[in-house]
Parts: sequence; structure tokens; C-alpha cells
Amino acid sequence: MLPAGLSFDQAPPIAVPFRFFLTAPLFLLAAAILLVAYGPEMLLSRHMPATLAATHLLTLGFTSMVMCGAMMQMLPVVAGAPVPAPRLVAWTVHLSLATGAAGVAASFLWGRPVLMHLGGGLAALGFGVFLAAAAWSLAHVRSRSPSVPAMGFSIASLAVTAALGLTLGIARQGGLDIPYVQFSLLHPMWGLYGWTALLVMGVAYQVVPMFQLTPNYPKAITTWLAGGLFLLLILRSAAEFTLLPPAVPGVALAAGAGVFAIATLRLQGRRKRKISDATLLFWRVGMGLLLAACLLWLAAALLPAEAAERARLLLGIAALPGFILAVINGMLYKIVPFLAWFHLQSRYVGKTAIPNMKQLQPDRPARGQMALYLAALALLAGAVFWPPLARLSGLLWLASALWLERNLLRALILYRRTVALATAKKSD
Amino acid sequence: MSTISEFLTGEHHHCDDLFAAAEDDAAQKNWGKADDDFRRFRHSTETHFEVEENILFPAFENATGMTMGPTQVMRMEHGQMRDVFAQMADAIAKQDADEYLGLSETLLMLMQQHNLKEEQILYRMADQVLGNASDALIGDMKAMAEGA
Repeated sequence: MLPAGLSFDQAPPIAVPFRFFLTAPLFLLAAAILLVAYGPEMLLSRHMPATLAATHLLTLGFTSMVMCGAMMQMLPVVAGAPVPAPRLVAWTVHLSLATGAAGVAASFLWGRPVLMHLGGGLAALGFGVFLAAAAWSLAHVRSRSPSVPAMGFSIASLAVTAALGLTLGIARQGGLDIPYVQFSLLHPMWGLYGWTALLVMGVAYQVVPMFQLTPNYPKAITTWLAGGLFLLLILRSAAEFTLLPPAVPGVALAAGAGVFAIATLRLQGRRKRKISDATLLFWRVGMGLLLAACLLWLAAALLPAEAAERARLLLGIAALPGFILAVINGMLYKIVPFLAWFHLQSRYVGKTAIPNMKQLQPDRPARGQMALYLAALALLAGAVFWPPLARLSGLLWLASALWLERNLLRALILYRRTVALATAKKSD
Repeated sequence: MSTISEFLTGEHHHCDDLFAAAEDDAAQKNWGKADDDFRRFRHSTETHFEVEENILFPAFENATGMTMGPTQVMRMEHGQMRDVFAQMADAIAKQDADEYLGLSETLLMLMQQHNLKEEQILYRMADQVLGNASDALIGDMKAMAEGA
């Protein structure tokens, strides 16, 4: 009955998660540079080469990068199941995602098939290794955490997303005959809604009550929502190839995301912990943007063709640079200082003064970066209506990405300095 | 009779309430009240640790034969939290709000991930392996908590 050797030793070496978190903002920076360079044409359609390149820099290089790193950190704590061979898995996943993101983006930009094959292959390798490790971990779960089912549906969606993406990449170079239009609609849906939003839900079930001392999410939500939405994603996909009307699962998917956003905002409103911080604000903004995305999803389904295209573009902005980036950016400001503190405390307590979390990650620069992020996002949405705003928005994204990296590096530098002090004292 | 999970999870929530009150006092620089609320929080939490370390963990170790497993990690994390309590008490004595809030942020993360592991894994395992002995154990834990 009892698993042998159960251990709560949940801290893989700090280099494992940190490489993910510190590389990710560089891809945000690269996407911003594209927006500055290509400007208004990127907002003509989501299929513009530079738009596809920027989108994949964000999804492969920023969001998936952070999510994979964070999952490897969270699975041991939340599920009681460590990821096997953490160093090797981290090294492979990190390198493959970073080079894969760069390759895929470069291929969209310059139309070189070889780059797509190389980049797609590398990204597939990274996700493959991550999926195997995460699935192994989830198969050994010893916890009844409400997060676990949602995490399972999320990584299953990642497998679908990666398979669709890989197929699209090959077909784009003329190597495969597939229903391209349908696949190119389903690939972002599984990536943004399945892999990303379902993981945000799973993580939220655990961290929203933890960080702000709110009540738990209602049992009905944690038990049914993620699985129900996963089923709806399957139905919505099937609707592309059958007589099933796509609007039915489509509306239900928008409503499901709306339920999650409203539940989260209400819980945060009932928090016991009164003080606020950048992470809380980022999450509240993110939930507001998720609600906006739900409404835009409905609008895109109801509006006449030309207005619908604009609604789809705004939906993409509200979902990816909006909801998803806000939530992940906010999480980074909690995870990075906590990990730095935890490693320092475990190893060097008593040898030197250990800086606390707010010293590792002060709130003021984090809030400053958030203000810049919001301005960049607002200008990007504005550029849908008045394209000349695009380049200015790109400049603000660039500054926001640099500031984020600077803030995260501050924690790393203080970590290193503390380690140096502690080890210098030891050798005295 | 309630389960070990229910009883000890209830204690966690009680400690959370006291934590939030003390943090709010410190943020408002209401130092007299912060001192009182922090003392209550620290007392309740340390009592909870002692109840676990002296009653639950030994019973769990006896029943499972695992002395170097999860209970060992839990004891180590109790030690980490006790260190932070001492620093928080200093911050209140110095009336240093920034210091206190940085420490309380740190403690909250440490405490919540610790509680998570206890509530979702250790307590459930304890309920399983201790079975019939649970009622008597809960009685002992209550008596110790009330006597503290």
C-alpha cells in the first residue's frame, strides 16, 4: 500500500528551473523586435509570416519554456511525484525548445523549409522528452490535489498541439497532403486553450488559495471543468470534419473559460490576506483579459465576415499576449524569488544572512514592469484599429521584456552573491 | 469522530487566519496589535508543529517503519519555519515593516507548500495506516494543543 522510498525532497538543482525562467524573456524580446521591424503589416492577419514567427517565439520560446520549467518544479510538490532524471530532462527540453523556437520563427520569416524541418524537429524532441517525463511523474501521483487532473488534460493537449504543429510544418513545405485550413485552426486552439489555459487552471486551483489565502475553488469546478473542456475541445475538433455544428462546443468552450475567470476573480475578492503585490495584480488583469477573450470568441462567431476577422485578431491578442502572458509574468515574480530563497535557506542558513523574498524580488520594479506591459498591450490592441501604433507598441514590448529580464536577473545576482558570501565564510 | 486529515487541516486554516491578521497589522504599522497577533500566530503554529512532531510523526513512523521518509522532510521544514519566526519577531521589535513583509511573504510560500504536502499526501497516508488508532491519536493531539 505504501510506496517505497516516498520522499518530499522536491528541490531539483536550482539550475534546472532557472535556465527556463531566465531564457524565456529573451524570446519575448525577439518577438518585440519583430513587431518594431515589421510594424503594421503584422496586424493584417494572424497568417502574416512575421505574425506567425512572433506567435511561435511567444508560444515555444516564452510560454512553453516557462510552463515546462515550472511543471518540473511543481509536480514533486503538488503531485508528490518527482520528474525522473531532472538534469538530463531539463537540459534536453530547454535546449530543444530554445533552438526549436528560433528555427520555426526563422523559417516563417524567411521561408526556408530546412529551418522548419530542423526547428519543428527540435521542438518536437523537446516536447517529447517533456511529455514522457511529465507523464511518468503523473502516473506515479500520490496526491489527490485538484491540480492533477487538469495538468493531465493539459499535457495531453500539448501532445495534440505538437502533433498538429509538426504535421502543419511538414505540409507547409509541400511534403504532406492534409486538411490544412482545419489543422491551422485547431493547432492554436489546442495550444492556447488545451495546453496553456488548462494548465493555468490546474495551477490556479492550487496557487490562488495558497498565495492570497482565499477559500478553495468550488468542488464542482475542480472536479469537472478541465475534463469537460477537454471533451469540448475534442468535439470542437470533430466539428471540422463532421456535420456537428461547431458553434455548440465553441460557445460552451467560451463559457467554460468565463466560469473559471469569474470564479478566480471572486475568490481573490474574498482573500484573507489583505496586502496586494505584482503577482496578484497580474493575475487579476489576466482574468479580466480571459473574460474579454471569451466575449471576443462569441463576437467572432456572430459578427459578419470583416468584423469577425478583426474580432479574431483581438481575440488572439486578448488570449496570448494578454491573458497567458500576464498570468505567466505574474507567476515568475513568485516562483523565481521563492526558489532562490529556498535553495539559499536549505544550504547556507547560519553561514550568512539569507535575503528574504522581497529583497530577492522587490515589488516596486515588478509593478513598474507591469505598467509598461499594460501600456504595450493596450497599444497593440489599439493598432488593430489604427495600425501606425504597432511600432510604438513594439518598442514598449521591447522595454517590458528587458525590464522583466532585469528583474529576474536581480534575484539571480543576489542569489550568487549570497552563495559567494556563505562559501567564503565557510573556508575561513 | 473526525479524521486526522480534518483535524490537522483545520489547524492549518486557523494558523492562516492569524498569519493574515499579523501581516495586515504590520503593513499598517500598527505595531502594538502586530506584536499581539504575531505572538498568537507563532504560538498556535509552534504548538501545531509540536503536536505533529511528538504525536503524529512517531505514530506514523511506527506504523510504516519509515523514519527517514516524509516525516523527516516535514521536521526539517518545521525547522526552516522556526528560523523565519525568529527573524519576524526581530522585525517587529525593530518596527521594520519592509523587513517583516518580506519575511512574511517568504514564510507564507514555505508554509503553504509545506501544508500542501501534509494535507494532500502525509495526512491521507496517516489516516490509512493508523486506521483504528486514529481516534485515540486525535484525542491526544487535542489534549496537547489545548494544554499548550
